[in-house]
Order: sequence, then structure tokens, then C-alpha cells
Amino acid sequence: MDIHEYQAKEILAGYGVPVPRGGLAYSPEQAAYRAREIGGNKWVVKAQVHTGGRGKAGGVKLCGNEHEVYDAADEMFGKRLVTHQTGPEGKIVYRVYVEGAVNILKEIYLGFVLDRKTERVMVVASAAGGMEIEEIAADQPDSLIRVVVEPAVGMQAFQAREIAFGLGIPGEHVQKAVSLIMGCYKALESLDASMVEINPLVITEEGVTALDAKMTFDDNALFRHPSVAELRDKSQEDSRETRAADRGLSYVGLTGNIGCIVNGAGLAMATMDMIKLAGGEPANFLDIGGGATPDRVAKAFRLVMSDDNVQAILVNIFAGINRCDWVAEGIVQALEKNPVHVPLVVRLAGTHVEEGRRILARSGLPIIRANTLAEAAERAVQAWKNDISLKQPKAVA
Amino acid sequence: MTVLLDRNTSVIVQGITGRIGSFHTKEMKEYGTNVVGGVTPGKGGATEQGVPVFNTVKEAVEKTGATASIVFVPPPFAADSIMEAADAGIRLCVAITDGIPSQDMIQVKRYMRRYRQENRMCLVGPNCAGVISPGKALLGIMPGHIYQPGHVGVVGRSGTLGYEAASQMKELGIGISTSVGIGGDPINGSSFRDILELFERDPETHAVVMIGEIGGPQEAEAAEYVRNHMSKPVIAYVAGLSAPKGRKMGHAGAIISAFGESASEKVEILREVGVTISPTPAEIGSTVQAVLRKAA
Repeated sequence: MDIHEYQAKEILAGYGVPVPRGGLAYSPEQAAYRAREIGGNKWVVKAQVHTGGRGKAGGVKLCGNEHEVYDAADEMFGKRLVTHQTGPEGKIVYRVYVEGAVNILKEIYLGFVLDRKTERVMVVASAAGGMEIEEIAADQPDSLIRVVVEPAVGMQAFQAREIAFGLGIPGEHVQKAVSLIMGCYKALESLDASMVEINPLVITEEGVTALDAKMTFDDNALFRHPSVAELRDKSQEDSRETRAADRGLSYVGLTGNIGCIVNGAGLAMATMDMIKLAGGEPANFLDIGGGATPDRVAKAFRLVMSDDNVQAILVNIFAGINRCDWVAEGIVQALEKNPVHVPLVVRLAGTHVEEGRRILARSGLPIIRANTLAEAAERAVQAWKNDISLKQPKAVA
Repeated sequence: MTVLLDRNTSVIVQGITGRIGSFHTKEMKEYGTNVVGGVTPGKGGATEQGVPVFNTVKEAVEKTGATASIVFVPPPFAADSIMEAADAGIRLCVAITDGIPSQDMIQVKRYMRRYRQENRMCLVGPNCAGVISPGKALLGIMPGHIYQPGHVGVVGRSGTLGYEAASQMKELGIGISTSVGIGGDPINGSSFRDILELFERDPETHAVVMIGEIGGPQEAEAAEYVRNHMSKPVIAYVAGLSAPKGRKMGHAGAIISAFGESASEKVEILREVGVTISPTPAEIGSTVQAVLRKAA
């Protein structure tokens, strides 16, 4: 789960990470008021959206007076911010964050991630800040400092010192940088974050401060951090993905016409690959997971059918932990409540497969059955093409 | 000789009294697995699916002599259960549970290192389908009837895609020595490399099918092992060639293991070390068949 910059800064400040003075605003009036509250004579207005690359997309503005703050915020609210990370649909701005501007002497990159190779938390830092980490990795790979944290004891001060000295932080500010680094690690560890990124961390006359902050949390650990779970902002998510997640399903919306309902992430990806190879385009990735009850299958059905682009549906279930008879019941229930008006191809295999197929056959529903993965994909693409041509208005002679 | 388990391996089920745990205990017993007991804290003394239930893994091991366990415990308590198994002297632990927090898995992996390598429990999973030695024993949730006994080892992240491969092979009359699901979590017990090593040493395995997917460095590690140590033919399919980029992947995470994260990169890395690639998920069986014919 992602959170906003202002939320990440509030969390990190609680762990002793210095952040600039700032305030959240839901309207231009409030933004101008925040600027007055913060004081000083220079402010930065920042769109709060779940994406990086805001600066280039017009989501960050430096302002010299309250009127400029008002105008900058007015310009941002309701705007669809499109960055290289959001895709063409962008993210809509509903909140802005106003911060006192800081005199920057030097920008640094600092990131904390779960490294899959070492299976530990890794700190990545570079003195070449102010760029995306991918750019730094491509352009200046030698500038990267990597430190792995031993999980039994957690991050140690000497490791933070090594990073601080490695980054060339001036001696008088090293201790401040060490407590910033340690604070970020403590926040990550205590709250089950899977990523903390300070880009940039800036050096000023007075010390060090987190000018931007990004945190991502492990969805599997949200159950033990209700205060973090509350920070979720559904306005920043794809609404179909949100509805899927709320129903315990894993869904990714795509742009094709063949809706997919599959169990298991690997088989779901393979089914998408297969549809593409058969000449179609998948409308979504959907993994209904293990232990799927009829109720969950029915929900998956409604979710896929809620996508207007879907012109055919392919259900591919190879049952191990869940059973074909449960899945078949789910399909029948869903179709009885909400009949589909697009071709439906169902392929069942695995545990209790005969029972599952019997349930489907007995239902008398218009289901195109398939026995293999290749057959299922081919029939779905074929049925979709036939259906489209049938629905084309006939030319009048 | 088989990899990891045979019909004599004595097994306990952690979380045996839950709905899923109980269902799969029944399935495993029917397949022929030597299930000797189960563990559910607070339900010691009960009987489930005809085997005794114990309060702790230690007690279960003492009373039954079990050497393997399978974990169906809910995610908040699953890491604790895996460590309990390691501490009780279990040699092979298969964790089925999906949804264990990553930091819990970091703790588990760190905890297991307190045992010398030769005494260290082998962990498979979590979030996996388990292990099956067809015709011998099942320590997992696979539908046993789709696996035919034979001489091809299978290792994959996804459970259901593994079933797909097994049924395609059965269709062509190709049998399997052992199939191992290593699970879809970012931090897992055994890697592709670990299982390839077991297959390379196993005289009953003549070829290996590896089913990878996008994300993580483990396919690239496996490729390195294949190049340097593997004498048996390896066939691979990598799922997600059509998956959109950048979904679910941490931003800063991309840097550390950026090399080889996409399906097409993984395919290239594997092809370079001499692995035969199945071009589509529907051709895994026929690709294996072609490789076996060539080797014969």
C-alpha cells in the first residue's frame, strides 16, 4: 500500500527524521492560510498524488507570496497529473501540501528496500541526488552505497555513519544524518514498510532534512498496523482494483476485451500470455486465489463483468487448494443472479473436476467448455471474434 | 531415492483442525502420505482425520517420530509455526500459508541460520503448492491424480501453473520424479537453485522443468547454477511475457536486482546457459517430449 508524501513525513517525523514545516490543504484558501501559518517568504506547493515524477508534470511549484500559493493550489486541484509512472490515465489531485522552502546546499538519494537477493533490508544511498534512482543506477552506478541490515540486531549506528561519511556529509552534520537514517530504518521495521525513500535528502546550513518522502507498506502486514491501514487513499487507486482488493481478489485492469478469471498468479499470467498468442487481448489479470468459495467466485464474476470493455470471458481454473465443484457452484450462482451477455468459456481441471463439470452441464447455462489451456484461449478468442461480427449492424441492401 | 520425501516420510500437519488443514490431511492420507499426527495449540488430545492432535510440534515429534511437517496456519501465526518446526527438529517443512508478512519471513530465514547447514530444516514455500513424489507421497495441496510417476523433476513458483505442466506431461505419457512448488512470495525457503541442486544429485531424475515468472533474482541465480553445475537437460517457461511493467514492484526495489526482472530478460538469461525454452504455456509438455527424445 502506498501513502502520500505528507503522511510519510508525519510518520517519519515521529521517528526523529527532520522534515520542513508544512501543512495540508483541501482548497486554495486553505493553502494560502497554511503558508501564513508556516511563515517565511518562500513556499513550495506540492500535489499529493501516489506517484513519483510530480515536478516535471507540474505538481510542484515554488511560490514567493500567498497569492502565488493560492494560484498554484487552484491550478492543481482536480487536475489529472500524468507522469511516467502513472500511465496515460494519470492521478487526480485532491490534496496539496504547502511547505516552507529550504536553502539547499546538496541533494542526496536515500532508500530502504527489502532486498530479495540477501533476503534482508538494504539501504541504498547516493550523493548524486535529485534524480530518479533508475537514472542514478544507469548514469552513476559507482556512486551507489549499499548496506545490508542484519535482522537479528537491526540497523547499527556504525552502518549509518558509514553511509553518512560515504555520502560526504560535512562533519558537523554527520550525527544529524545518522539519526535521520536510523529513524527511517526504525519506521520501516516497526511499521512493516516494504520501502522508504527520501529523494532528495538535503543538506542545508542548519543540518539535514527530508525534502521528499515516500513509503510503501507490506499489504500482508497491515492487519497489525491499523493506524497505517487507515492512511489508504482509495482516490489514488484504480477503482476496479480497489473493489477487487476489498473482496480479497487480486486484480489488475488492462486494456483488452477478454476478461479473465483464473486461480493462481502464475496460471493467470500464463492465461494472459496464451490469449495474446491466440490473437486476443486480455482485459484484466485476476487471481481468485486459493480456497475460493462460491461466494468469492461470484464476486470475481461481477467484477470482471463491470468492465465495459469485456466482450468475452475466459474462466480457467486448475483446482488444488480450491475445488472445481466449489468453483462451478460459484459460476452458476453468479450467472443466475447476473446473466452474462457475452460469450463465456470455462475450463476446469484438477480436484473434483468431474463434479465441477457435472454442475456446469446440469445448470443448462450457455457455457462453452474447453479441456486444455490452448483450447480455452483459442475458443475464447474465436467466440469473441464471432460475437463481434454478429453484433455488427448488417448493411442494408 | 527421491527428492525430499518418499512413502516412509512421517508427516505432521500444523493447523490440522482448520477447514483447509483437515481437508488436505484427508487428501494426503488418501494419496498414501504417512501422516502420523497434527498440531493445533489448545486442541491436544483430540483426533482429526484419524490421527492424534498435539499442542506443540516438540510433543508431536517426540510421540510420533515425525521428520516432516506441512503448515496450514493462518498468516499472522505462520512464521511462528515454521520456527517451531525448525526448533523441534523437523527436517522438511512445507508452508502452504499465503499472506505471511515479509519481515516475518526475514526473521524466519535468520532464525534458521542458528542451525548448522547439515542440521538446518529445509523449508519449501510459503505461499506454495508443496511437494509431490508421484505414486509415493504428497506433502502439499496438489491434485495427485494429474501426476504420473517418472523421471522428470518439476520446480515452479506457481502452484496451478505447475499443475498445468504436469497434466500436459501426463497427456503425453511423461512421468514426474518429484514436483516442488517454491511459492510466489518475495522471500521464500528454497530457491530454484536449491531445488535444481537436489534434482542434479537425484539418480531418478533425468531432466528438469523450471517454471518461473516475473520479478526477483532467483531465475538468474538458477541460470548461473545450470551453467556451472548442471549436467541434466533443463526446460523452462517464464510466465508474464504479456504482463504490464512496473506493477506491484517497489520503486527503489527495481535498482538492486534490476538485472533479469522481466520475463523476456529471464528467458534470455536462461536460453544463454543452454536451457530449452517453452515458447507458450501450452507447449511445456511437448517441449519436454522433444528434449527427452533428443537426449535418448
